[in-house]
Amino acid sequence: MRVTFTVNGRRQEADDVWEGESLLYVLRERMGLPGSKNACEQGECGSCTVRLDGVPVCACLVAAGQVQDREVVTVEGLADFAKERDTGAAGPGTDPGAAQRWQPRPAGPATELSPVQQAFVDAGAVQCGFCTPGLLVAADELLERNAQPTDADIREALSGNLCRCTGYEKILDAVRLAAARTGTEA
Amino acid sequence: MDFLRPATWEEALAAKAEHPTAVPIAGGTDVMVEINFDHRRPDVLLDLNRVVDLYEWEVGEETVRLGAAVPYTRVIEALGRELPGLALAARTVGSPQIRNRGSVGGNLGAASPAGDSHPPLLAAGAEVEAVSVRGTRLIPVEEFYTGVKRNALAPDELIRAVHIAKADGPQQFSKVGTRNAMVIAVCAFGLALHPATRTVRTGIGSAAPTPVRAGTAEEFLTAALEEEGLWDSGRTVPPSVARQFADLVAACASPIDDVRGSAAYRRHALRVMARRTLGWTWDEYLGNERSARCA
Ligand SMILES: Cc1cc2nc3c(=O)[nH]c(=O)nc-3n(C[C@H](O)[C@H](O)[C@H](O)COP(=O)(O)OP(=O)(O)OC[C@H]3O[C@@H](n4cnc5c(N)ncnc54)[C@H](O)[C@@H]3O)c2cc1C
Ligand code: FES
Ligand code: FES
Repeated sequence: MRVTFTVNGRRQEADDVWEGESLLYVLRERMGLPGSKNACEQGECGSCTVRLDGVPVCACLVAAGQVQDREVVTVEGLADFAKERDTGAAGPGTDPGAAQRWQPRPAGPATELSPVQQAFVDAGAVQCGFCTPGLLVAADELLERNAQPTDADIREALSGNLCRCTGYEKILDAVRLAAARTGTEA
Repeated sequence: MDFLRPATWEEALAAKAEHPTAVPIAGGTDVMVEINFDHRRPDVLLDLNRVVDLYEWEVGEETVRLGAAVPYTRVIEALGRELPGLALAARTVGSPQIRNRGSVGGNLGAASPAGDSHPPLLAAGAEVEAVSVRGTRLIPVEEFYTGVKRNALAPDELIRAVHIAKADGPQQFSKVGTRNAMVIAVCAFGLALHPATRTVRTGIGSAAPTPVRAGTAEEFLTAALEEEGLWDSGRTVPPSVARQFADLVAACASPIDDVRGSAAYRRHALRVMARRTLGWTWDEYLGNERSARCA
């Protein structure tokens, strides 16, 4: 079947989608957007977290056909998504071609990061990085809802995201840092 | 495989009548795990995400009619006052991502004995609104669970909503697991005091082939509270009464040994949860009575 939906602000089509396929598979294998990670395929790890009509969900548990005509934001679109939210202006979304060519250390000008992404870098919250995309999407949504979260709020919001490397302390630091930075801007 | 996307409730019912083997998918948090792991290969998936009626709820005089697909997150945010037991249980389901998608209708559809909705539905009193093109029936929730992961739905039926009695007194939910987030219950217990009728109701999860009420425990406690005049006296429940209630709850379960826990542990845990939830709800009842009298 064909599935048409909005990915990171731009309308996309996927063809020959198997009816039992997950949104995660469509993003990674059909759209070439491997930012959302596939670890458990059973909702346990959160590394596939994306926004579906604004709501954080595990992409591995959404059937591809369920996203027809709906809006998905992945980690690849997070920087543009955050910018559009901050400026309040609808932007062009994220170019999927550029997203597919994304590199951690680009040769050219550095990629623009969202405040949460920058905070993860600055706080040293990334080790192997496998859990990072899901955590970024979940943390960004938390700060959108609650600009000054308590530690309990942060733990609760990230309780569906597993990390095998960091021991979580630096991840908590990163979210606190992102919150503090937006707090001083306001 | 076919993927059906009805836009309305009528279309969904027609599709289910035409394809009785179609597997409904709401939040997908049970269905997609089964498909991802090839445990299930339905010939037809029936997507309910577009059927907006299933995402709404109505608060009536006596009951809340909760749309089958309303995610747990909404139950927690919006219905904590009317359905405190269910909201407490919903808080313990999975993780935020799971609660954003998973629903009470899906929990009932899956009918796992470990489903967290079941104890509070049993304790509050609830009816499942099962609908097909043939008509609508209201199934008391205790009759809805027919076996391990089996329910009373006919092949052409869908769950439209659950009618849950609004709380007329304190309710509690307690769940034993290995950690706080993302845990399937080793066993669970729900308790609701019903001061309006001077009765108590319970629900046991994960300690029998289906979720069950602890009938003899309910009868005992209801009688004991009456005989000792406790609803009016403002006194605490005597420890001997609490102990016997807890023993009867444990006796009503028929747990098994499995990877999550032994039968003996489950009985023990049920005893502890029964005693604690009774203490919590009774304290709250006394507090409410006291403030009502002072006001
Ligand atoms: C990581 C993870 C953690 C979890 N933790 C918990 C937990 O702590 N507690 C718990 O109770 N559960 C838990 N679950 C299981 C699951 O989230 C719940 O059972 C949830 O309530 C299912 O709802 P859903 O809308 O996602 O159902 P779906 O997966 O869409 O459907 C579940 C079943 O119900 C049927 N169904 C759905 N809607 C209808 C309808 N309207 N009419 C008829 N049949 C219908 C489906 O065909 C299917 O058989 C967890 C799952 C995951 C993946
Ligand atoms: S891959 Fe989706 S939650 Fe683990
Ligand atoms: S950084 Fe390796 S899993 Fe989190």
